[in-house]
Amino acid sequence: MNNIHFDENNTNYFKLDFADERVDGADKVTGKAKYTAEYNLPNMAYAVFVTSTIAKGTIKNIDTAKAMASPGVLDVIYYANCPSVPGYIKNEWRGHKVLYDNQVKFFGQPIALIVADSLENANAAIRLVRAEYESQAFETNFDLARKDASKLKGTVVYKRGTENKFKEAPVFIEAEYTIPAEVHLPMEMHATIAFWEGEDKVTLYDKTQGPKSTQSTVARTFGLSDKNVRVIAENVGGGFGSGLRSWANVPAAVMASKKLNRPVKLVLTRPQMFTLVGYRPQSWQKIGIGADASGRFVGITHEAISGTSRYEDFREGIVNVSKFLYASDNVDTKYSMLPLDMSTPVWMRGPGEATGSYGLESAIDELSYKLKMDPIALRLKNFTTVNPENKLPFSDINLKDCYAYGKDKIGWKNRPTVPGSLKENGWLIGYGMANGVFGAGKGAATVRALLNQDGKLTLECAVSDMGPGTTTSMTKIAATAMQMPIEKVKFKLGDSDLPPGPSQGGSGTTSTVGSAVDLACSTLKQNLKDLAIKYAPAFASLKSDALEVKNEMVLAVADPTIKIAIVDLLQLSPDKKIDMTIASSGKTAEQLKFTSNSFSSHYVKVAVHPKDGTIKILQVVTTGDAGKIISPKTARSQMIGGVVGGIGMALTEQLEMDHQSGQIINASFGAYKVPLHSQIPPTDVWFVDKPDVNMNSIGAKGIGEIALIGFAAAVTNAVYNATGKRVRDLPITPAKLGFKAKV
Amino acid sequence: MNPCQFDDARRGFLKKSASVAALYFTPSVLVKTFAADAIVPMPIAKEKLQFILNGKSVSLEIDARTTMLNLLREHIGYTGTKKGCEMGQCGACTIHVNGKRLKSCTQLALNHQNNQITTIEGLANGDQLHPMQAAFLKHDAFQCGYCTSGQIMSAVACVREGKASSRASIQAYMDTNICRCGAYQNIVDAIDEVAKSGAKI
Repeated sequence: MNNIHFDENNTNYFKLDFADERVDGADKVTGKAKYTAEYNLPNMAYAVFVTSTIAKGTIKNIDTAKAMASPGVLDVIYYANCPSVPGYIKNEWRGHKVLYDNQVKFFGQPIALIVADSLENANAAIRLVRAEYESQAFETNFDLARKDASKLKGTVVYKRGTENKFKEAPVFIEAEYTIPAEVHLPMEMHATIAFWEGEDKVTLYDKTQGPKSTQSTVARTFGLSDKNVRVIAENVGGGFGSGLRSWANVPAAVMASKKLNRPVKLVLTRPQMFTLVGYRPQSWQKIGIGADASGRFVGITHEAISGTSRYEDFREGIVNVSKFLYASDNVDTKYSMLPLDMSTPVWMRGPGEATGSYGLESAIDELSYKLKMDPIALRLKNFTTVNPENKLPFSDINLKDCYAYGKDKIGWKNRPTVPGSLKENGWLIGYGMANGVFGAGKGAATVRALLNQDGKLTLECAVSDMGPGTTTSMTKIAATAMQMPIEKVKFKLGDSDLPPGPSQGGSGTTSTVGSAVDLACSTLKQNLKDLAIKYAPAFASLKSDALEVKNEMVLAVADPTIKIAIVDLLQLSPDKKIDMTIASSGKTAEQLKFTSNSFSSHYVKVAVHPKDGTIKILQVVTTGDAGKIISPKTARSQMIGGVVGGIGMALTEQLEMDHQSGQIINASFGAYKVPLHSQIPPTDVWFVDKPDVNMNSIGAKGIGEIALIGFAAAVTNAVYNATGKRVRDLPITPAKLGFKAKV
Repeated sequence: MNPCQFDDARRGFLKKSASVAALYFTPSVLVKTFAADAIVPMPIAKEKLQFILNGKSVSLEIDARTTMLNLLREHIGYTGTKKGCEMGQCGACTIHVNGKRLKSCTQLALNHQNNQITTIEGLANGDQLHPMQAAFLKHDAFQCGYCTSGQIMSAVACVREGKASSRASIQAYMDTNICRCGAYQNIVDAIDEVAKSGAKI
């Protein structure tokens, strides 16, 4: 394996002193960075959705006459005048076929699209559209519906050893854990600008985490070839999963642009961000876990149900973590979906693993008290370096280092072993911890490397950067591999015309695209060495393995006075530049001998007021075991962001429904509580930062998910430690702790 | 509100309405969405507006319904000011009006005749970043960058108004600005550093 990067003797590699700011940071602090809705095209029209006011039924009639007569309105598109969409007819659009028929499948579903010459004119016409419905019985109440087994679907079971073995253990617990639906709510609203450049050629600016994925969806939906669909997403203002598929705004804008033969901009409203671009589904879990007197797990039983829509199946890995993070000979799991008359959920940061880890890590905490054992000691007792599900060794696992750091930094020694027994300044104090784990993938990606005659290197891949700092990380990987100044490297992304790359999701971007960038750079270096031998007389007698590339030069290793600047070398070559496109594959046979995961371990100190139940998070320590950390500054920010998301999950976030109407009733930032500045405590971030040499050539694994996975349980475990009250229904509120709500 | 605190009060009313909720099947009936037949298409009023934008005089004729945010983004092309909710709840659209911070999404542009408007585009001096912009860059006080313009405009106002004397005070002032990527800690670090530097901003 090409692993020169981690040669201890190759000190140059680690000593390159880069400025550590985001390479695209200056554009973001000056407002120059352009996001999807910010492109202004000549003759562009503005589109807005009119949405349903029933949860389920049939539209009998839509009266668009007044809206059509409203100033500036160009068209009102709905099922009766919807253009023919080839993919709708051939069933190639995954999801609800927007504006296509008169069926209403959820409250807030788009039923008409108003297109006008200005945003003001489009908005003014919304109230002029009148719809008559025939409504039908619907069901949105997850809590009630899940109790009827006949309503469940897609049940998948897993068994290793004996079912329900935990009940035979001398010490066991069995408990139910519930999480409400939560919403991604990136700050940038989903938006699409579409314009047809010809009869069969369309270009989109779209808020997506996957330009190639959106390109493919649009091509299939509108019966076009991929090359005739271009999707641009240069800057993506957050996503957390909501941008992992194309939603109603994409085909709506594309069809409107076609119908009106002019560019159309469609930006969702904040309330529509709650109904039209997915959410983390509501879930119920029951976990049984038992141990012998020493703490060794005897068995784990993990059952889960999560919501989906009536028209699509959405499943995620809620029960997966129980199968492999800890050693246990007996594990059985069962997972089902519950269809409801809501829109379809989608992966939200950490996705199912965040849900499942909340349950499992809470259950282990509960067991630790019953065993009268320290929860970290209990996890250590069941530590494994071999994945018990597939029997493959972990490519690397350093959770023990995380435990050591976290315990020390949070002050674990002060943790009361009897819950509710420690007070500071009149507040009840508690400490909690929990682990997170997520698969570390490496997929296929293609990178174009263009080394110009001025010595500047440009790399291109059709991936996106929704905020983690992919542009920065990729630039650093290239500058490091080439041992050249970072300011001479540019990484271009966010355009489906670039060489294919993955959607940004599942913590796979750094590993997948980073490996491709690394491969492109090592190929580029080889090319430079070959050019030197062929065209630079001083190198004519040397072999390429006697050469190295660094500091923008090619040099002889044995005699560094034999050297040539890359710009001079390119001048000697016939092409004057190097332009190559390199494809990197998924895991190699060698890498497939291991199972690869990123791990995290979170530590929280909370205070709970004994009179009113007010919860304060006093301190957070979060640790990540994810191989080599490519870009420490942006990686730290990602972990801090995971903590904030985890605090929201644990203490504030909850999608609320009115089940009489089927409507979401807190669809705004005013009513759906995301964490704010004043709720965020000091957070200490620490990484093991050790290359996982069995994973990929760069030794790096993803951190996007593990930053969040497990965090909610760390909070709830700390609250239990402080109060002795176990809340198994997120978010924890003073009322659920038994305190009267303040009015 | 104390730092890092969570209580039930702000969502109490929601709980009440949610408690009514139960499995309920709407009978199959015709539902008319809008009883108000009185709603009719409105004529558009065009009005003259003049104001100072980042030191330059702007005068134009606008649709009277245009918000300051939409005027900046859609009509003038100043897209540095961001749209995050259009309800005054997220702070992404924060600008300075006559030196005070204001959420531009809730403002009709016509209410700002002759006002001095500063947007994120007006903070830097050519290529020279404003100290708050430089501090945000240094502390990595953002990830996706979408809330950043609003955070920086609020941050500058925070220091100017003398509300940056402690981290708790900064946090309380900045609660108007949501960051979904969760860069809060780094944002406070940036503001704290600028405030302590004594730089005139």
